[in-house]
Amino acid sequence: MMIKYIFLMAITTYLIRMLPLTLFQKEIKNKYIKRVLYYTPYACLTAMTVPAIFYSTSSVLSALAGFAVALVLGYQKKSLPKVAIFACVTVFLVERLMGL
Amino acid sequence: MKKMPEFREGLKDSLPIAIGYFSVSFTFGIMAASVGISPLTAGMMSLLNVTSAGQFAGLTLFASSATYLELVLTQIVINLRYALMSLTLTQKLSEKMRTPQRMIVSYGVTDEIFAVAATREKPLTLSYMLGLEWFPIISWMTGTICGGVANNMLPASVQSALGIALYGMFIAIVLPGVEEQKSVLFVSVVALALSCMFTYVPVLNKISAGFAIILCTLIAAGLTAAFFPLKEEQAL
Repeated sequence: MMIKYIFLMAITTYLIRMLPLTLFQKEIKNKYIKRVLYYTPYACLTAMTVPAIFYSTSSVLSALAGFAVALVLGYQKKSLPKVAIFACVTVFLVERLMGL
Repeated sequence: MKKMPEFREGLKDSLPIAIGYFSVSFTFGIMAASVGISPLTAGMMSLLNVTSAGQFAGLTLFASSATYLELVLTQIVINLRYALMSLTLTQKLSEKMRTPQRMIVSYGVTDEIFAVAATREKPLTLSYMLGLEWFPIISWMTGTICGGVANNMLPASVQSALGIALYGMFIAIVLPGVEEQKSVLFVSVVALALSCMFTYVPVLNKISAGFAIILCTLIAAGLTAAFFPLKEEQAL
């Protein structure tokens, strides 16, 4: 079951990357489609993050603290690993303080 | 003889990406183990997919026994950005690159590899792209396996803290855009509101997580596209 999932995912993802690179040699002209494509990752990543992030750790409070730190660092355009690691460290420290 | 410097330059540019990938995929390996996927299976998933958000969503869907249709649709929506990136890269690829070579290069189009490739001054050659892609992909797979193996040895406190890592990465992708453009702030706020609705509002929260993400994305991006032109349009 998992193997089937993995291959189905892999084929889908590869086709998404491969088809535009090989088939489309010209730029898309339709402005609306270009805009939707541009905004899609932001919409998708946000929807996946909130509210799921609040339940990603042992307690909503520690997750909120990690969320806040990630927002501040992300706004300052820190690198992906840096934002991720500082969010983790924050969660860890807050949970120690709470005595979890 | 001309090809080696290109490969080496790609490899050099890929080092920061590879280091970042190891740490994030380590977390992915831990999460995969926590839903009962073996380290090697998770490693295979990473090698074959090379997509953080997509694999993460894959775990969620696997854990909730989603249908194959939901799985495919979710991957399309989450990874649709790669289509746009590939499309953008077609404008930057060396003209000599033929279809089979394009098929190889497209395997490693990720957010970070795209960012480096798209901002390169020189045209993108096959050697450069191979140099840029192979090490981050191997690092992504190795990190996953190590994370999966380490899972049982890590205390619960560390596992809990690592649970937030991937979300931290998503925030790091979205927030710089929010800071720069009102349109991105708008699309994020709409997506956030919709996503909360699909989680908390009765009836709406009966919709499966996979489809909720698809609906949130299409409504938010579609609405934003109706109101906000892109930067390049404004420049014209």
